[in-house]
Amino acid sequence: MSASAPGTTFIVLMLPFLAALIAPWLTRRLGHNAAWLLALAPVAIFIHFLGFSADVADGGVVTGGFQWVPSYNVSFSWLIDGLSLTFALLISGIGALIILYSGGYLKGHDQLGRFFSFMLLFMGAMLGVVISDSFLMLFVYWELTSITSFLLIGFDHAREASRRAAIQALVVTGGGGLALLAGLLVIWNITGVSQVSLLLNYGDELRGSPFYLLALLLVLGGAFSKSAQFPLHFWLPNAMEAPTPVSAYLHSATMVKAGVYLLMRLNPVLGDTVWWGTILPVFGGTTLIVGTALAIRQTDLKLMLAYTTVSSLGLLVMLTGFGSEHAIAAAVLYLVAHSLFKGGLFMVAGLIDHEAGTRDVTRLGGLRRAMPVTFVAALAAAISMAGLPPFLGFLAKEEIYYALWHTDPWSLAFVAVAVIGNGLMFVIGFAVALKPFLGPEVKTPKHAHEGPVLLWLGPLTLGIAALVAALISPVTHRFISSPMASAIAGEAETVTISVIPHMGPALILSLVTIAFGIIAYRMLDRLRAGMAWLLAAIGWGPDRGFDQFISGAVRLSVAVTRLVQPGRLDIYMTVTFLMIAAALIGPMAWYGEWPAMPVWPEDAQFHELVVAAIVLIGLAAVIYARDRLTAIVSLGIQGFAVALIFMLFGAPDLSFTQFMVETLAVVILALVMTRLKLHASDHRPTLQKVVDMSVAIACGGGFTLYLLSVTQQPFNTALSDFFSAYSKVVAHGANVVNVIIVDFRGTDTLGEIAVVMVTGLAILSLIRIRTPRATVADNDPDRRAAQGPAQGREVR
Amino acid sequence: MRTVIFRSIAPYLTSLMVLFSIFVLLRGHNEPGGGFIGGLIAASALAIYGIACGVAPVRRAIYFHPMAIAAFGLFMSAMAGVLSIFAGVPYMSGLWIYPHLFGVEIPLSSVLVFDVGVYLVVVGAISSIALALEERDRD
Amino acid sequence: MEPILAILVGALFTVAIYLFLSKHVIRILMGAAILGNAVNLLIFTAGRVTREVPPIIPGDADALTGAAANPLPQALILTAIVISFSFFAFLLVLGYRAFQELETDSSDDMRVAEPVGDKSPPAGY
Repeated sequence: MSASAPGTTFIVLMLPFLAALIAPWLTRRLGHNAAWLLALAPVAIFIHFLGFSADVADGGVVTGGFQWVPSYNVSFSWLIDGLSLTFALLISGIGALIILYSGGYLKGHDQLGRFFSFMLLFMGAMLGVVISDSFLMLFVYWELTSITSFLLIGFDHAREASRRAAIQALVVTGGGGLALLAGLLVIWNITGVSQVSLLLNYGDELRGSPFYLLALLLVLGGAFSKSAQFPLHFWLPNAMEAPTPVSAYLHSATMVKAGVYLLMRLNPVLGDTVWWGTILPVFGGTTLIVGTALAIRQTDLKLMLAYTTVSSLGLLVMLTGFGSEHAIAAAVLYLVAHSLFKGGLFMVAGLIDHEAGTRDVTRLGGLRRAMPVTFVAALAAAISMAGLPPFLGFLAKEEIYYALWHTDPWSLAFVAVAVIGNGLMFVIGFAVALKPFLGPEVKTPKHAHEGPVLLWLGPLTLGIAALVAALISPVTHRFISSPMASAIAGEAETVTISVIPHMGPALILSLVTIAFGIIAYRMLDRLRAGMAWLLAAIGWGPDRGFDQFISGAVRLSVAVTRLVQPGRLDIYMTVTFLMIAAALIGPMAWYGEWPAMPVWPEDAQFHELVVAAIVLIGLAAVIYARDRLTAIVSLGIQGFAVALIFMLFGAPDLSFTQFMVETLAVVILALVMTRLKLHASDHRPTLQKVVDMSVAIACGGGFTLYLLSVTQQPFNTALSDFFSAYSKVVAHGANVVNVIIVDFRGTDTLGEIAVVMVTGLAILSLIRIRTPRATVADNDPDRRAAQGPAQGREVR
Repeated sequence: MRTVIFRSIAPYLTSLMVLFSIFVLLRGHNEPGGGFIGGLIAASALAIYGIACGVAPVRRAIYFHPMAIAAFGLFMSAMAGVLSIFAGVPYMSGLWIYPHLFGVEIPLSSVLVFDVGVYLVVVGAISSIALALEERDRD
Repeated sequence: MEPILAILVGALFTVAIYLFLSKHVIRILMGAAILGNAVNLLIFTAGRVTREVPPIIPGDADALTGAAANPLPQALILTAIVISFSFFAFLLVLGYRAFQELETDSSDDMRVAEPVGDKSPPAGY
């Protein structure tokens, strides 16, 4: 391990966020040409990470970072090995092209600056995911990709479909992120390490743990939701509501691969078990077949591509699950190839949409003359997708068949799955790349012509990259494939496959795939009709299930709210005071620590008892008072009696204050009460009375018991002694109470007089502000029904 | 409530109570008393005056809006704490000076300033509540 | 003396809470006034009571003599009294204004914030 220039890498990791900050401003100044400047950020990142490639190719691992919360062993640290380097290069490289493409695609859009900002935020988050070493940092970035993806999918938030897709993506991937967090915490708990780079030494410990399956399932929950594995795949096609640059970047090349990244990253520690080797291929294989089958059904270019993305992700998960040397090499090659061709195809689809005004494949045709560059780019991507030489996709597909080919039934089943999947992807790839361009010209909503350089630069570059990477395969393998495969396998591996086909089962399977693909391509319309019929026959799908889930959640929360918030004050009060009573009495009953039976205080003097009796009489009179005046006077009586108690027990300050306050309270109560039309007495039904009394007595009794219990404990006088000792010596005051208020605890008092002042202001505004009668009535359906907006009749 | 006797003695009663409240405020540091009690006494005095002679004379008599008095008090209390900046000690540390006036040593302190602020807040806030309620009585 | 005060505190709480459980705003207000006293007396008693000697340091001494009352709860309660009075006044005016606007003093009829038969939130996105 070597640590290198942590400062630079940190700045590079923050670069997208900084660019996101200035993007709106830059876009206001330069319009869509801001893309050229903004693309410099990912280009700089690309160059920075390219600098690591020689080191990493030689088996080096670069780590770095800072302590974050040292006491919890949480750090901001990164890990650059073959796996994260390849991802970082893909993210920044394709990112730069996508930023340029966005500039062309959303040219003139009034929210373009916001869009750039979101894109760059996402780029920073995604880069963080693949580069993170610490678990918590990984999780934070992971959820950040979900949030930025939410913002991007919902970019066109005026449309309901867009909002729905955004919420769906957030719920599924964000929820998966929580599962991932739980999984990482379980792993942290088992191994005691919170960093990926250290975790690699703990594989056996983890696999042997009884919590292995729990950790695995939680991590898979995160990975499968992010990488759209069946049956959580539905959010990805819906995310096509986003503008096409988003689909090209997030939903083909980067974000959806985060789940695959996670699986590859944890393969050395979680992999190589029966569970891993069963769950991943089964789910991956299912996703592969379901994805391609659903893709056949679509006519929208973007949706066709989206479903094949689902199936490609399934293929990657399946290969990662097998975990053999060739399977990993195949996964690596396929991942890189897929990012290149799928990103390119999405951009082509967007370009066609942009220029021709539709992306319905049945309404397009004959564009090859109008858009020759686009056609070339589409063709390059499609050839790679179909797995034909001399593109990177071919290498990937050869390696896949090489890895899968064994003669046991389990393997043969997956070989069949792979052949069907690849065959159908062949069909879709060429359907997207050929149907709009060949054949007779079809009239399109817009008169199509070649797009601007910003739009075709991206797909063309990616197509060329896929070609070059395959032609110079030794270089590709040395710097990309082999280091990445080594990181996934956890041991040194070398990838050797080249564009020259080998004789053997892999080649035969390739030929079978191509033959199957060509046949299926010719029958595409019939297949589409068949799938449509089949789906209509099934009727229900996870997508509709999501709607049911959401509406169920809303209904549940409405029901729960109605239950716990019936809108009746007395019910809230009863519950509150019941809880207080329980809190007071519960612990005493639980621990059996009741206070000792109080003995009659021998020193109690007659006048003290009289005062106590006055309090009780005042209280009783308040309850039984039949008219206002009696009630107010009784209230005053108990207040004055309490003041007397303060006086008797050495608190003259309190006593005076209490006297003044009670006087004022009685005065203002009298002022207000004379204007309130009061019920003569407090009518409560008998049952209500019994319940209220029980609650009140339980609470009051609880307080008595509590206070008895407190006063029977030994008293700690430390604080009082402190104030007593320092009041005169330090604060020059003999009245300790006042010294505490204005000196020792002056800041506290400052807050309290501020409260007094604010209540004063609140009261003034309450008195002064007159609500228009209609406003109140509007909010109250009963009143609205019962009477019209009566003008403010003065109430006696 | 507004009998002749009450109306006649109310101004004197009020002045006496206000004077007494200031006395209570100032002696608060060494004897029972202080800003809270003093403020309440003064607020009651104003409330009594208001009940006896109406709110308008009270408002004329105190000249400032009660809420403004309260706000000034709050400001004064807060500033009493800030004084300690100049002595280079933590916020709200008590500072004392003992100037000699006419041969008598008079202890003055930031704590006293603080207490006067408390007094003004209580007078202002409570009397503004009371006056506002009394005012509503007559419209 | 603490046991008697403890029982008194209990009685104050009981009455205050009984009044709180009423549907009439004015009763709830009175409950609030009594509740303030109850809490103050609770704190006061919890700090132990001493007869008649206020916590004032005599002229010739530097600290309180043994028998003086505990100053700390007093300091806490003193500000609490004033604040609870302010809040009482606020609640009073609030109740009064509610009565003026809604023409009722029954909390059952005050349903502006949580109307009866409130509609469910809209389905959809």
